[in-house]
Parts: sequence; structure tokens; C-alpha cells
Amino acid sequence: MSPETDLRQPDAAAPDRAVPVLRLRDIEKVYQTKTIETVALNQVNLTVNRGEFVSIMGPSGCGKSTLLSLMGLLDEPTGGVIEVDGRAVTSYSDKELAGLRNLKIGFVFQSYHLINDLSVVDNVELPLLYRPGMGGKERRQRALAALDKVGLNARTGHFPAQLSGGQRQRVAIARALAGGPEIILADEPTGNLDSVMGEEIIDLLLELNREQGVTIVMVTHDLQQAMKTQRVIRFFDGSQVG
Amino acid sequence: MLLSYLKIAWKVLMRRKFFTFISLFGVSFTLMILLVVMAMFDHAVGPNAPMKRVDRMLFVNTIRHQMADGHGWMSNLASIHFVDDYVRKMKTPEKVGITTASANATAFTQSKLLPLDMAYTDGSFWQIMDYDFLGGRAFTADEVAQAQHVCIINEATARAYFGRPDVVGQTIEIDLKRYRVAGVVRNVSAAQVYAYADVWVPYTLSPQYFKDDRLEGDFLLVLLAPSAAAVPAVSEEYQQMMKRIPIPRPKEVKAIYSYADPIVPGVTRGILGNEPSLQNDQITKFYVLVGGLALLFMLLPVLNLVNLNVTRILERSGEIGVRKAFGAASIDLVGQFLVENLVLALVGGLLGLGLAAGALALVNEAHPVAYAHFALSWSVFGWGMVLTLLFGLMSGVYPAWKMSRLNPVAALRGGGEQK
Repeated sequence: MSPETDLRQPDAAAPDRAVPVLRLRDIEKVYQTKTIETVALNQVNLTVNRGEFVSIMGPSGCGKSTLLSLMGLLDEPTGGVIEVDGRAVTSYSDKELAGLRNLKIGFVFQSYHLINDLSVVDNVELPLLYRPGMGGKERRQRALAALDKVGLNARTGHFPAQLSGGQRQRVAIARALAGGPEIILADEPTGNLDSVMGEEIIDLLLELNREQGVTIVMVTHDLQQAMKTQRVIRFFDGSQVG
Repeated sequence: MLLSYLKIAWKVLMRRKFFTFISLFGVSFTLMILLVVMAMFDHAVGPNAPMKRVDRMLFVNTIRHQMADGHGWMSNLASIHFVDDYVRKMKTPEKVGITTASANATAFTQSKLLPLDMAYTDGSFWQIMDYDFLGGRAFTADEVAQAQHVCIINEATARAYFGRPDVVGQTIEIDLKRYRVAGVVRNVSAAQVYAYADVWVPYTLSPQYFKDDRLEGDFLLVLLAPSAAAVPAVSEEYQQMMKRIPIPRPKEVKAIYSYADPIVPGVTRGILGNEPSLQNDQITKFYVLVGGLALLFMLLPVLNLVNLNVTRILERSGEIGVRKAFGAASIDLVGQFLVENLVLALVGGLLGLGLAAGALALVNEAHPVAYAHFALSWSVFGWGMVLTLLFGLMSGVYPAWKMSRLNPVAALRGGGEQK
């Protein structure tokens, strides 16, 4: 079965014993200003199963990043329901959503979004700061373990400005991994990198998915990268077209 | 988590040094002025020797006569008749002491004139006040009753007149009268108006010591309550006593007013002037006004800080977005920002304390008030810290709230869109 085929039948590609981690049902997102109404997402239905590596593709402005924000519980849909581990999160409070993000979701951004004032290891520790009851020692151990996974254990005391783009993105991936999330949402993780570094990052994400079973949803413009993932979902003008 | 917040706070301060300098300057300069004022206030009215028990003391510094037919007011100190026949008969005070405002006197040494400030007191006054005696003792009641020519002098007078402080039993000549030195006390600041003088002699030697039926005289009264809690009862009994005093010369005088107040309300009553019956609620209003002015004074650097902080939020929107994405709830961000602001305020506060200490050293060097040594006491330091924390909170709460309301998606894009 080729990725192209999967691309046409997204949900049909799920494994037999698929366990949905994230499900979007009839999702709509409308941005309203005084004069204009923009439909960013229209009736999106999508399921991401545990252990999957899914790519989301589409032209600029088609709603990919909005979709990722909704999946990451960073934004609220105008209509529809988001389910995490089978539970609808529609009525969750700010604090509950924050707790859910902390436990279940890790983010990797195109422009890394590392905090320049913090060292590499402090950046990686960041999600664990908001984990109730976790002590400093455990946080440090987990952060170092995550840095080890991305091959950056020699750079723990460096600051982001002292690293290359590829290294920064590795730190960002370590940060996403540190909290042991079920799902990593990556928004054009190679967008700011040259092709060689981009390949390295994609290989790293594939390895994490393959060997550690991390569920990954990645927004990308690069078809070659998307082809390496298990499933590709296409978007156009706010609607899922494949 | 706190360590991480502190790390970030320090980095943020160091990142924009000029902004940080302006913020710190505003906080530290304002605090310096407030602390200097507080140190002076504490020096004048705080529980410092010899007024260590100031929390139990009440003072009577005026008897006001409201004249009939709109002829205005007449304010005087108290007479011995008033003290002996009314105040000393009160039941609630533990002791009633009298003194006078210090008056000019002159001692003659072999080589020069020595100008002195002289006060007349009774024996109880020395039991109410806690002067530090370098040698000798206070007057006895007998010495006062017999109008013996004894005196107590301060250390400066002893050194200027005799060249040394251990002069108990020696004779000093003041205004051509000879007095035996009964005791030598440490210098008392002229800012402590009720306790200050260079030399004290029995009030029975005062030219104003004569008995007739007038209420007005030359004496300041110091009443010692049995405890701080009993102060209002003493004040109340004094009011009741005043109501019972027959109005002298009823054709000329319409009413008489006098109050036994703790030291600060007494000063306040003095500042507020000739209100016919200044009641406690008006004094409270005065405190609220003074407190309000102090807050207003603090508000300037606070507004400056708020402004700088709000600007800084936009610079840090990416960080806020990331923190939210990784699980920071709004309340976590408010906490973080408040910690950062408290660190800034604390640094400013410590600088302010240092500046205040420097300013007070300069003031002390200039000797504007005789024997005054203004210093930052622990209580002033404590108040300084309270003010600092107040600064930190006042200038941090609004920006922190604004920061926590940033939409994470917009924040990650670098915008400042609110939820």
C-alpha cells in the first residue's frame, strides 16, 4: 500500500487494533471580525491513532496550522468536538486544558521557540515545571534522558544562541519528549532548516515514532518528507480533501 | 520552579539594562525618600530612649479657650493648679509627670558662655521617661517639694562645662544660680520634644511656679497608662475630667478644650489646628490622607514599572506561548511574572535602603537637629521591605494578568492578541 493510496483514504488506513488518541468531529473554526468572516476549517473529521505518524499537507493558508493548534488544545473550535483519549474536552477549563497539554502533548515549532535566557537543559525541563509533585532532581534526570535521545547530551549547558538550527530543533524535540507525551505535534519542523539538517530532523522523528512508539502529527510542505510518514492528510481552503 | 523563575527574572533584568536601570532608579529613589521620612518620624516619635514606653504615654500640650462673642481662641499650656487639682486626681493613669518646653539659659565657664536649653520637671517625669544615666540619679520627690537647687545635665553639657562626664555632686552655675549636679544623662535628640533639654531642674524653681486658679500655665503633661491597652481609657477619663472643670471667667470664655493624646495623634491635632472639637474620626481621616499621599508618591514609579512591564510582555510573547503550550495555566504565568517583578522590586528595595542609609548619614553629618542621630532601625527596615513588596505587587499584578490572558496561538506568532 503506497502512501499515495493512504492519502486518499485517511481513516481507512488505521491499523486493525487502532486506539484513537485524538479525534476531531465536525470541527469548524471561523475567525470573525467586524466586517469579515473567515472560515479556517470546515467540517473536519479526523482520527489519530496511537503510534501513528501522520503528515498534514496543503498550501499556505489552508488551515493546517489552525488544525494543529486545535489538536494541541491551544485554541477552541467554533463548532464540533475534540476528543483526547476518548474524552471530549469542550467544557474543560483553562487549568484542565493546561494540565492535559502538559501530560499528553508535546509541541515542535518551525522556529523552535526555545527560551534564549535558559540553558539547553533548562529549556528541556520546561514542560516538567508544570508537572505537579515532580522534584528538581527528577526533572533534571528526565531532561538529560530526553537530550540523550536526540543526541545532544554534550550540549546541556549551552544556550540556544550557541547552537545551529538543527541542534536547536533537536533541543525542541527533546523538550517535546521530556514530559513523555502520547502525541507530538510538529508544525513544519524542518521549515527553517537546510535540506541536510531537515533530513536529520525527519529521521529523528521517524526513529522516535518507530522505536519508541510516539504518535506524531506533522504539518509539512515537503512531499518527500510526508511520503516517509504512515499517512498523509491533505487540506485545501479549510477542508480535508484527502 | 521558583529557581527557574528566578533564573529567568535575573536574565530578563540583565537583558535590557537601560530599562532595568530606569525601573530600579524609580523604585529605589522613591523608597529612599519614604525611608528617610520614616526614619525621621521613627526617631521623633518611636519607642526610643528615653521614651521607650511611648506606647503607654499620653501627652497634653495645650488647653484651648474658646472665647465668647467670636473673639477667637486662646491656647496655652497647663498650670500647676490644673495639674494638681484635676489631672493628678485621675484614677486611670499610673503616673502623671510634668515638664516644660526647653527655654534658653546660659552657663558661664571660665573661658566662654555656654548656651543651654533648660526644662523644669517633677520627680514623676523621671519615672515615666527612661533616660540613660551615665552617673547619678533623677530628682527625688523631696528635692522637688523643697525646691532644692539640684539639676540633671546631659553628657554634652557635662563635657562642655566640666570637660568630663563624671561630674555628679559638682556645682554648675546657670543664669547666675548654682545647682548641684544630681545626675548626668546621655544626650537626647531635640526632635524628641517632650524629653529634650540640656539641663533639667525641679519645676518648683520655675518662675512660672505659683498657684492661683488659672488653668493656663507653662507645663506639658506626660501621663503614663498602666498598659498600652489602657491608653484609650486614660484618654477617655481625661475627656470626662475636662467636662467637669468649671469654665473660668464665663463672660469671656465660652468653652475649654484639652486632650490627652498618644504622641502621634497629639502631633496630628497640633497640625490640624484650631478645630473646636477635633475628634478621633477626623484624626483617622488625616492618617488616611497622609497614607493616600504616600501611596500617590509610590504610584509614580509603579505606573512607570507597569508601563515597562507591559512593553516587555510583547517582547516575551513567544515565551508565554511556549509555556502555555507546554502546560502552564494562567495562574502559573501570573505567579512567574509576580516573582520576576518582586525580584526587581527587592533589588530596588535593597538599593533604596542603601541610598536611604547614605542620605541619613549625610543628614547626620549636617547636624540639622541637636543631638539627633537618624538611623534605619529594624522597624524602618521592616517597613521598607513591606513597601518593596507592595511595589512589586502593585506594579506586577496588572501586567501579569495581561500576560496570562495572551492567546497562546497569537503569542507564538509574536502578536499580543488577548483572549
